[in-house]
Amino acid sequence: MAIHRLEIETRPDLTDALATRTCARLDAWLQVAPTQLRTRRVFHLDVRGEDGVELSAGEIQEVLEALVDPVAEVGSVGMLPDPNFDAGVALAVGFRPGVTDTVAATVRVAIADTLGRVIAGRVYSSTLYLFDGLTEAQVQHAADKLLHNPLIERASISAFPRALDLDVPSAGSPSTPAVERVALRDAEDEALMRLSKDGMLALSLEEMRAIQSHFSTLDRDPNDAELECLAQTWSEHCKHKIFASSISYQDPEGTRTRLDEGLFKTYVRGATEAVERDRAEAGIDDEGASFLVSVFHDNAGVVRFTEEDHLAYKVETHNSPSALDPYGGAMTGIVGVNRDSFGTGRGADLLTNVWGYCLGDPRHEGALPKGLMHPRRIRDGVHAGVIDGGNHSGVPYSRGFELFDDRYAGKPLVYCGTVSVMPAVCAGVPTHEKPVSVGDAIVMLGGRIGKDGIHGATFSSVELDEDSPVQAVQIGDPITQRMMFDMLAEARDRGLYSGMTDNGAGGLSSSVGEMAEFTNGARIDLAKAPVKYPGLAPWEILISEAQERMTVAVPLEHLDTFMALAERREVEASVLGEFTDTGRFEVCYGDAMVCDLELEFLHEGVPLPTLQARWSPPARESTDQATLAALVSEQGIAATMGRLMARPSIASQEDRARAYDHEVKGLSVIKPWCGHRSDVPSTASVMRARHGRSEGVVLGEGIHPFYSDIDAHAMGHACVDEALRRVLCAGARIDRVSALDNFCWPDPIESDKNPDGAHKLAQLVRCCEALYESCVAHGVPLISGKDSMKNDAYLDGVRISIPPTLLVSVMGQMEDVGAALSLEPRAEGDLVFVLGHTRAEFGGSEMCRMLDRWSDTVPRTDARACAASYRAFAALRDRGVVKSAHVVGRGGLAVALGHMTMASPFGICVERVPGGLEPPLAWFSESTGRIVFTVSESDAAEAAALVDAHGGECLGSVEGSEEGGHLRFLHDTDGFGVGADALRASFKEGLHGL
Amino acid sequence: MDFDPKLCEAMGLRPEEAAKVRVLVMTGYGLNCEDETAAGFERLGCTVERRHVGDLIVEPSAETFSRWDVLAFIGGFSFGDHVASGRVYANRLRYRLGEGLARFVDRGGLAVGMCNGFQTMVKLGILPGLDRTEGALAPQQASLVPNERLGYYDGWVTMRADAKSPCVWTRGVELIDLPSRHGEGQLVYGSKEVRTQLQRAHQIPLCYVDEAGEATTSWPQNPNGSEGGAGALCDPSGRLFGLMPHPEAFLYAENHPRWRSRRDAGDGRAWGEGVSLLANGVKAALSAR
Repeated sequence: MAIHRLEIETRPDLTDALATRTCARLDAWLQVAPTQLRTRRVFHLDVRGEDGVELSAGEIQEVLEALVDPVAEVGSVGMLPDPNFDAGVALAVGFRPGVTDTVAATVRVAIADTLGRVIAGRVYSSTLYLFDGLTEAQVQHAADKLLHNPLIERASISAFPRALDLDVPSAGSPSTPAVERVALRDAEDEALMRLSKDGMLALSLEEMRAIQSHFSTLDRDPNDAELECLAQTWSEHCKHKIFASSISYQDPEGTRTRLDEGLFKTYVRGATEAVERDRAEAGIDDEGASFLVSVFHDNAGVVRFTEEDHLAYKVETHNSPSALDPYGGAMTGIVGVNRDSFGTGRGADLLTNVWGYCLGDPRHEGALPKGLMHPRRIRDGVHAGVIDGGNHSGVPYSRGFELFDDRYAGKPLVYCGTVSVMPAVCAGVPTHEKPVSVGDAIVMLGGRIGKDGIHGATFSSVELDEDSPVQAVQIGDPITQRMMFDMLAEARDRGLYSGMTDNGAGGLSSSVGEMAEFTNGARIDLAKAPVKYPGLAPWEILISEAQERMTVAVPLEHLDTFMALAERREVEASVLGEFTDTGRFEVCYGDAMVCDLELEFLHEGVPLPTLQARWSPPARESTDQATLAALVSEQGIAATMGRLMARPSIASQEDRARAYDHEVKGLSVIKPWCGHRSDVPSTASVMRARHGRSEGVVLGEGIHPFYSDIDAHAMGHACVDEALRRVLCAGARIDRVSALDNFCWPDPIESDKNPDGAHKLAQLVRCCEALYESCVAHGVPLISGKDSMKNDAYLDGVRISIPPTLLVSVMGQMEDVGAALSLEPRAEGDLVFVLGHTRAEFGGSEMCRMLDRWSDTVPRTDARACAASYRAFAALRDRGVVKSAHVVGRGGLAVALGHMTMASPFGICVERVPGGLEPPLAWFSESTGRIVFTVSESDAAEAAALVDAHGGECLGSVEGSEEGGHLRFLHDTDGFGVGADALRASFKEGLHGL
Repeated sequence: MDFDPKLCEAMGLRPEEAAKVRVLVMTGYGLNCEDETAAGFERLGCTVERRHVGDLIVEPSAETFSRWDVLAFIGGFSFGDHVASGRVYANRLRYRLGEGLARFVDRGGLAVGMCNGFQTMVKLGILPGLDRTEGALAPQQASLVPNERLGYYDGWVTMRADAKSPCVWTRGVELIDLPSRHGEGQLVYGSKEVRTQLQRAHQIPLCYVDEAGEATTSWPQNPNGSEGGAGALCDPSGRLFGLMPHPEAFLYAENHPRWRSRRDAGDGRAWGEGVSLLANGVKAALSAR
């Protein structure tokens, strides 16, 4: 079997962009500087004709010429001559066996196109770096630290002259896969737990016992696949046990209560049901046109938008995989949530993405526990993964944020979300419905199955440690997915299928297992599933989380048409089985029975214990207000403000954000970056949902993990409040706002290893209480959510746990995007108001974090009062009085006014101190419920009436500026004023070059 | 989508005339700008057909494209831009539909390519198309390679049109703001002779300019570092045109990053200027009929 090697490099007189970039990274990271560097793309072709006949030399040459750019590149079959280096060292970086290699897959397509015939075999891509001026040890160091990730890639180093390397990472084994029985019935507790831990099942003793007793009544032992299927379905990741279990809760006053229904039913669904009741009572929606179209039970929440379209929105986290392989983990985060959003109902068209990352400080110095990547490398990889995943899918991003704290160094939080537009009706049937019938074929389409992603669901349900499975990492292939979506959208519009869901966590075991509930049964044959390479055991095929796959229900009368369309669109589709009404999930591999589980036991059999929650925060000494004031005065407001603008969590991350497409689809109205120089983060983003229409979608978010250090209740309120304020500032209708909740928590189950687990669960209870109170007060339903409950790393004897973190993502709607507002002041003479009370609230604030002082005066929110205030604000806005608006959030008025100053060529003159606070502190309070807005002088009375009724004051006015924008404080004794350019310099310096 | 009567009027197009212009938007393989490209021509009143290339290659012939007046090579990531941007897609078009494309060019058809579409047209030899012989596509004479600052960059650019260019798509345009977003937009030439020939024939119809309106190689006004600020190419006839930025993503006034302040300053335009490039092509198609 001949293997051919192709090498391609940039024509020597053109810039080798990868080499230039690599040199810059080597210098920045490792202070290593090769005297010369050239890079080459290498392809190994292990291909032949369908008949097994090897390609001729002429055909290989033809393939090379098809791949090489005749203007910009040179290439060779075999090796290109090495450059004339003094002491050349070559580093080859390729994938490990079985890792998704999208470039190679495309080269395979190109070969078939070039030769005009079907080919068999595989292609492997790799990158070759040719260094001069570095020792082999230095190159090894660079490879380890920067240029390859050993979990997914392999590196080989050799000195010049190189030998011809024809080694390829072929995967798989020829052995016949078998089904194994697991001797469970007679196992003691200790053996049960060993099975769970060694098998990466993440099942508790009670759960293992429940499985044991179930199979005892069946009088047989389970198959490996059955145990695996139960472990995936019952995982925290899929079953949300912590949110479903009853809780015995001791509150801050010491009173013990019992939440029988669990957190989800009581507070999350409870809030949505209360809002729905309130809306019905108030008669907000037209008869038969409820705002809530489909909530909680599908892949994404769906709300009503226009007569023609609904909106669906889902935000996911992909934390654990991103800790191991930031690029692949984060990319699968974004392409995975695309599948969720697309796979809602019978399919919704992707509109826009959002992302947000909580990471360790990229400037981290000093030691890290062995096994952890440097936060800066995680950040690089996470950005690159979501950039490639989003851009290649043709979906623009609308919102992005980054927050930094060293407690995120163990497990980074990687949020990815997608809004999609669902035609209300397709082929005569409401699109949010999935009318799957008994007898419909179960079709899997998209990518093939490999060992990648096995145990993803269970792995993310435990802490990260030295034994974390490397195969839990997957790499996305957005082009395969895009081609699949294009094909499915066509099939949807033609009414060719009755239901679908994506293959994410748990793979086929989850997707088919869940869809089986539509008809009360499903039967599949795993031997019919296409695999990437031979040798996969049936249980591996069943639970693999290999990417880019959807499971679709196709009525038999459409099956031929559906399969023909898939073939013409070059999307691989396989009929695996059919939906039944047997009450069972039946899986075979050819003649062998692999899995035969009662659906009721699979979905309802998991025992839920009563969890213990006890409010018991550690005591800490709070710094008083006078001391804080003195600390700020010592440095002066200007210096404090400058330092604040440069804080990583506040500083501009535009350097990274501009690598994300935010224009594709041509629907943007208020972009993620605004202002006269397009370099200020927008309060909220607005985009059209369809071409030729004026209606818009408004997106904003709230995330305040540092408030949970004092009280997660304050965090819960602050998150909903800020997210809602953001979309209201930009122009969202107040009666058409919906929200998503994403909980990321440190392990809240008390154990020897986790002594404060009961307090973390109490924090979760308090956060949920606040979420409920706030959503109900504002009439904002929660339409979808996600929880990730084990964000701890235990490595090298060190435990790193994240602070409890809630992200609230809000989706608003507007009828005419031409009325959308941004944050920049618009005319000289306009007046600047702040709505809402400014109070002495500094706990968890960016100022306190910067000063390294602890304060327990966390911002508290009166949601009912805020709701009244926002209704009045929205009414003023809808009368056209408000000219610009911005939230006061992290960093307080200092940052809000800083943003406004940088966003326009005008000056802002502040004449009054809000809230009657000490001047140095007033600007840094993070009191919630506040909006800074501008109005024309002629509308001053209306604005004044608003702030008189709901708190706030006129701060000052917009004035001309000779320096292209400035901010000055008249009252200030030190006469502080600062130019927009100076603010911009601080703002851009914070993360510059990182 | 319905045409926009006000837009048609502003562009000097009669909708009943524009409806005679048949536009083909080719889709599939990871291309992704079909909605906005189709919407741009539809709002101008054209008859737009979206066709998956997979349907065109089933029975290819010399007459595959004869039904259409305008071919749109849209943006996106055909085959992931793996190997190089547009290369694998261009190969497939050349092998399967090359004859039909050559015939389309021979009979004076119009074509526009944005971003990945531009890259594809260049790698197909459609652009700049120097010294082409009838019945065949020209060899590849230029290329679009990774940006000088490696990596994808999204930002708005200002471009100046060459008034002496034969390009029919940029007629009447002086300065235009457009959204730009790409990782491989640096235009390089197969030889100095090619570059000289293109400059002499004014086949570089648009270049990136700085705040003073001068052609620039400075980032980010020129996001890819192209020599002389070159951001587009046309063929010698001016009917075939490709550019790196995205006029199809500037159909509405509200797409502009400073639409509010432009409106505050009295700019009453109710459409995005990107449409004017498309409208020029439609007018040229009408006058060629």
